[in-house]
Amino acid sequence: MTDIPADNQPLLSIEGLHKAYGTTEVLKGVDLTMQRGNVLSLIGSSGSGKTTLLRCVNLLEEFQGGRILLEGQSIGYSEIDGRRVRHPEKVVAAHRAMTGMAFQQFNLFPHLSALDNVTLGLQKVKKMPRDQAVAVAEKWLERVGLLAHRSHHPGQLSGGQQQRVAIARAIAMNPSLMLFDEPTSALDPELVGEVLAVIKGLAEEGMTMLLVTHEMRFAYEVSDQIVFMNQGRIEEQGAPKALFDQPRSPRLQDFLRNIHF
Amino acid sequence: MYQPPSWLHEAWAAREALWAGFLTSLQCSALAIACGTALGVIAGLALTYGRWWGRLPFRVYVDLIRGTPVFVLVLACFYMAPALGWRVSAFTAGALGLTLFCASHVAEIVRGALQAIPRGQLEAGKAIGLTFRQSLLYVLLPQALRQILPTWVNASTEIVKASTLLSVIGVAELLLSTQQIIARNFMTLQFYLFAGLLFFLINYAIELLGRAIEKRVALP
Amino acid sequence: MNYQLNFSAVWRDFPSLLAGLGLGLELALFSIAIGCVIGLVTAFALLSRQRWLRAIASLYVTVIRNTPILVLILGIYFALPSAGIRLDKLASFVVTLSLYAGAYLTEVFRSGLAGIPKGLREAGLAIGLGEWQIRAYILVPVMVRNVLPALSNNFISLFKDTSLAAAIAVPELTYYARKINVESYRVIETWLVTTALYVIACYLIALLLRMVEQRLAIRR
Repeated sequence: MTDIPADNQPLLSIEGLHKAYGTTEVLKGVDLTMQRGNVLSLIGSSGSGKTTLLRCVNLLEEFQGGRILLEGQSIGYSEIDGRRVRHPEKVVAAHRAMTGMAFQQFNLFPHLSALDNVTLGLQKVKKMPRDQAVAVAEKWLERVGLLAHRSHHPGQLSGGQQQRVAIARAIAMNPSLMLFDEPTSALDPELVGEVLAVIKGLAEEGMTMLLVTHEMRFAYEVSDQIVFMNQGRIEEQGAPKALFDQPRSPRLQDFLRNIHF
Repeated sequence: MYQPPSWLHEAWAAREALWAGFLTSLQCSALAIACGTALGVIAGLALTYGRWWGRLPFRVYVDLIRGTPVFVLVLACFYMAPALGWRVSAFTAGALGLTLFCASHVAEIVRGALQAIPRGQLEAGKAIGLTFRQSLLYVLLPQALRQILPTWVNASTEIVKASTLLSVIGVAELLLSTQQIIARNFMTLQFYLFAGLLFFLINYAIELLGRAIEKRVALP
Repeated sequence: MNYQLNFSAVWRDFPSLLAGLGLGLELALFSIAIGCVIGLVTAFALLSRQRWLRAIASLYVTVIRNTPILVLILGIYFALPSAGIRLDKLASFVVTLSLYAGAYLTEVFRSGLAGIPKGLREAGLAIGLGEWQIRAYILVPVMVRNVLPALSNNFISLFKDTSLAAAIAVPELTYYARKINVESYRVIETWLVTTALYVIACYLIALLLRMVEQRLAIRR
C-alpha cells in the first residue's frame, strides 16, 4: 500500500523454486518478487502449495531447487564450487530472524507470560538487555492493544488475543518481511476482526507482508498484489481489482465462483 | 508397670546398624537416580531428535533393559564385573545395575514428554531465530518438565524399592541389616513388619513430595 | 581382559533354563489371574459409596504399592509361619505376587472404569438391569477394551517380577542362571543367555497381547 521505493533491488526474490515431498512435487518452479512495503496475498485451494511456499521463505520447509533471496542474501543454501550446500545452523537462524511469522495455531509459548513470549527473541537472539527488551515488548503489546494483559499466560487469553500477542512477538524482532500463515483460520468468527484490524494497521504503516489467507475480502482490501496458486505453480497474479473482477485463467474463475466473492 | 514390646527394645538396641543400613539404601538410591537421570536425559534427547544412527544404539539399549528384570540386571552386573577385570564392590556393581535400569526409564519418560509437545512450538522458536539449542533450553524443555516431573518421581520410588535387591548381593542396606537382626533374635514377624513400615514411610513421603511438585509446576 | 567366550556350559544346562522360564510364566499366569480378580473387586470398592469400603481398598493399594516387592516376598515367606500360616515356596510366592498384582491392577481398572461415560450405566438402568448386571455385561467389557494397553504393560512387568522368586530359591529362570553362573564361572555367557531369554519372552508376551487387543477392538 505504498509507492515503490527508489532503490530497485527487490526485498524478496524467489527464483524457480522446486520442492517435493519424497516423490510428490508440491512446488513446480515458482518465481516471485516483492519490493519493500509491498503486501502480497497468496490464495488458492488446499494443496495448491501456497502454505509450503510461505514456509520455504523462512526455511521451515526445505526446498530442492531454485533460490530465495532476502535482502540479497541467499536463504538456506549457497553455491560452493558448483555444489548446493546448506547453510550452517547459525546462519539459518540469523536469516530466520530477518523474517517474522504468525502461525495459524498461534504457537505461543504456554509456559511464558505474554510479555516474556515477546522478550524471549529480543533477549536471546538480538541479545538485548532485559530492561531494553521489556520496553520494546511493551511498546508492541500496546500497539496490538494488549499491554494490560502482559502478565497473563496464553491459557488465560482468548484466541484473538493470543494471535495478537503472536503478531507482537514476531514484529518486535523488527523483521524486514512478515509472513502470515492463515492467521485467522483457527479463530472463532467474532474474534477474526480484531486480528485483521492489527494486520491492516501494520500494512498501512509500510510493513512488507506475505500472507496466506482465505479471507478474500480482507485480501482484496489490504494487498498490493494477489497471487493465485494452483497445483504448485503460480496460475495468475495481479492487482486485487484486476484479478477479482477480470480473472483470466479458468481455474481462477472456478475458484472465485465457488467462494461466492 | 507398662513393659514396651520387646521388639521395640531390640530395634533400639540395633539402632546403629539400622541407621547405617538406611543410609546405605539412601546412598545407592540417590547415586542410581542421579546418574540414571543424567544418562536417561541424554538418551531421551537422542531418541527424540537424533538421526537414525544416533537413535539406534539408544533404542536397542532401552528395549533390552526394559525386557530384563531389574533383579537380573543387578545380578549380572555383580557377577560380570570381576570377569571383565573390574575390581568393584558389591555396592558399586549394584548401583551400576540400578543406574542402567533408571536410565532406560528416564529415557522413555523424556522421549514421551518431548514428543507430546506440539510441533508448532519448535517452529515458533525457529521463526524468531532461536537455534535448536536455544529452543530446547527456553521453549521445549520447560514445557516437557511439567510432564516429566511427576513421572520421574514415580520412577525414583521404583529405584528406591529396587535398592532392596542389593541385599541379595550382600550390600548392607536396610533390608539386609534387618535380616541380620532377625538372624540374631528370631523376631521374624515383628522385624519384617518393621522393615516394611520403614520402606513404606520412605516411599510414601516421596509420593507426597511428587504430588506437591506436580501442583506447583502446573500452568496457570 | 582375558575372557574367552565358551557357551558349552550354558548349552548343557539350557533345558533347566527353559524349565525355569516355563515355571516363571506359570507363576506369572496364576498370579496375574488372581491379581485381576483382586484388582477388579478393589476397583469397584474404591468407587463404592460406602466410606469404609473405600478406606480399606485405598489402604491396601497404598501399602502394597509403597512397599518393595522383595520385602513382601521375604516377609510373607518367613514371617507368616510365626503367625501360624505355613505355606510352601511356590504358594507363598503366588500369594505375594497376586497381592502385589492386585494393588497395581486396581489402579488400571479404576481409571478404566472412571473413563466410561456415565450414560452407559444410566442406559442400563433404564432398561431395568441391576447394578451388578450392568457391571458384568456393560461396564467391565467396555473397560477391558480400553485398558488393554495398560494391562499389557502391567502383565509384562509382573512377569519380570517372577525373577524375584529366586530370592526364596524357587527354581525359576534366574535361580538356574545363578546356579550355572556360580558352578561354571561362565559369567558373561550365562547372563547374556538369561537376558536374551527374558527379552524374547517379554517381546512375545507383548506381541500376543497386541493380537488380543486387535481381536477385541471395538470396531469403529
